[in-house]
Amino acid sequence: MTAGNRPLSPHLQIYRPQITSVLSISHRISGIVLTAGLLLLVYWLAALAAGDTAYAAALAVLGAWPVKLLLFLGSFAFFYHFANGLRHLWWDSGRGFEISEVNASGWVVLVAATLLTALVWAVLLLGGGS
Amino acid sequence: MSLRSPLGRALGLGAAGNGTQHWWQQRVTAVALALLGAWFAICIVGADLADRAALTAWIARPLNATLLLLLVLTAAWHSLLGSRVVVEDYVKGAIKVPLLLTLQFVHAIAAVVGVVAVLQIAIGGT
Repeated sequence: MTAGNRPLSPHLQIYRPQITSVLSISHRISGIVLTAGLLLLVYWLAALAAGDTAYAAALAVLGAWPVKLLLFLGSFAFFYHFANGLRHLWWDSGRGFEISEVNASGWVVLVAATLLTALVWAVLLLGGGS
Repeated sequence: MSLRSPLGRALGLGAAGNGTQHWWQQRVTAVALALLGAWFAICIVGADLADRAALTAWIARPLNATLLLLLVLTAAWHSLLGSRVVVEDYVKGAIKVPLLLTLQFVHAIAAVVGVVAVLQIAIGGT
């Protein structure tokens, strides 16, 4: 479609990013990250089923530092998508649409996702796990 | 042959032809995944991931195997619905349909591989 000389309404690159728009696109991005997470879950289950040698190989891959960093970011994506998904379900009930409520619930989601991620990795790293 | 009138068949379907089905399935799987995901996260954090024997013994318990199967299937469904929308919204041109097909295949394969793995651990005695 060509725009021609028609006046165009401002689009994404014109507007200042706001917590609402940033969290909205983050929900999609974290969702795509979790699609990769689904494949990881299936890989983990298949390695568990395949036997000791295969699982040791999978652990070696998952325990490598670059992969661990990805797992850390992936876990944040999980908790973010989890918390923001609950926010979406709350909206689906028809509640929480005032600007002040949307902004407040956005911050609640960010704080909750950060705390849950920190909690999980504190337990994983301090618990002596791999 | 349907006895419903043409109007009755068209009402509520909207321009996409499937009405609220996609939206509703995304919500139903979201609620299920909120519960299954919370369960799985808690179990994984408490588990020793290096101990394969303990992990397979845990998966082999009927309740855990059941919930894991539900998790894999529900996650694959929810992920397919979501990633489809992302591709439909942002991808244009010749690669759009091949990409949608690829998403469909990848999710189907992931779901089946996950189900086979859980069943093998649960009842195959690995």
